[in-house]
Amino acid sequence: MAHPPRMTDAEAAEFRRRQKARNIAILVVLIGLSVLFFAITIVKMTHT
Amino acid sequence: MSDFSSSLTKGALHGGRAEDTVSPPMARYNDADVRDWIALLKPRVMSLVVFSGLIGLIVAPGHLHPILAFTAVLCIAVAAGACGAINMWYDRDIDAIMRRTRQRPIPAGRIEPGAALGFGITLAVGAVLMMGLAVNHVAAFVLAISIAFYVFVYTMWLKRRTPQNIVIGGAAGAFPPLIGWAAVTGSVDLIPLVLFAIIFIWTPPHFWSLALFANDDYRRAGVPMLPVVAGAKETRRQIVIYTLLLVPLTLGPWLLGFSGLVYAAAESVLGVGFLVSVWRVAVDRQDASGVSLTNDAPARTAFKFSIAYLFVLFAALAIDHFVGRVV
Repeated sequence: MAHPPRMTDAEAAEFRRRQKARNIAILVVLIGLSVLFFAITIVKMTHT
Repeated sequence: MSDFSSSLTKGALHGGRAEDTVSPPMARYNDADVRDWIALLKPRVMSLVVFSGLIGLIVAPGHLHPILAFTAVLCIAVAAGACGAINMWYDRDIDAIMRRTRQRPIPAGRIEPGAALGFGITLAVGAVLMMGLAVNHVAAFVLAISIAFYVFVYTMWLKRRTPQNIVIGGAAGAFPPLIGWAAVTGSVDLIPLVLFAIIFIWTPPHFWSLALFANDDYRRAGVPMLPVVAGAKETRRQIVIYTLLLVPLTLGPWLLGFSGLVYAAAESVLGVGFLVSVWRVAVDRQDASGVSLTNDAPARTAFKFSIAYLFVLFAALAIDHFVGRVV
């Protein structure tokens, strides 16, 4: 069975850097959405 | 022309896609950066969409809680981004040919096409659901219509089949003020329809100015833009005609009593400026076949002016609205 070519150390480090940046971006979006949903809920509850 | 691009061109000219006959460039999908995912959303296009949506929201009669107004604008922005991502997924074959677009994340091989499609669909569905649940169902419905129109009518149906692609497809970009208005009022009235018409008629001179100086790209990719199909001369003529229709139309909000002198003054100055700008496009130095001898300098200026034109026109409408409240 053929194995995919191994990444060099530099490529692996770059891959991890990009992965970390993506993870942080997703975290920021999820926190932002949680805060927004909470705020919308409060507004809906107090204005209806 | 290489075999790669010629087979793509054949596909695009026949209104179809050519990727089945050629392989995409070597993919290194792990190279995708956060910036690539943001690029999929076409942020520059998004800015004008968000701005016009915000204007619809500001000038609409009534009140919307700031949190819900922010949510409505966010939904419009996300939906516009979703359209951009789906458009880039569908147009990845022609994007690979055009100089202007070949560095986009999909043709450059940094994002997998399927991932871009999934990203776009998720954002589109999320934006419509959120608009429906947080704001109101009318705004969500109009938002859904605008997404469907951009994806199915413009991107998949018209763009590769007819030189009228951006005339009819321009409606997709004209929806935001309607959505903003509907978010506040829960209905669609005459004024937002006039704003819709303004963007609708503004789109052809705006886009054809771009198409004049990006003509080689569109020709290579086989996209039947007006300069490719009817030539530069006819395109210049059509740009003038649509601008002549646009300028009186922009008087609509004032004639209907919806706006005051601030808007009327801004509209007049801008209208004259736009007419002068497109007149320079019409009388650009050209050879017998209509090809510009000035590297389409007037078209480049008209394209930039058209963007500023719409921004300032709509800003004037909002300023007029605030002035009207104060006075």
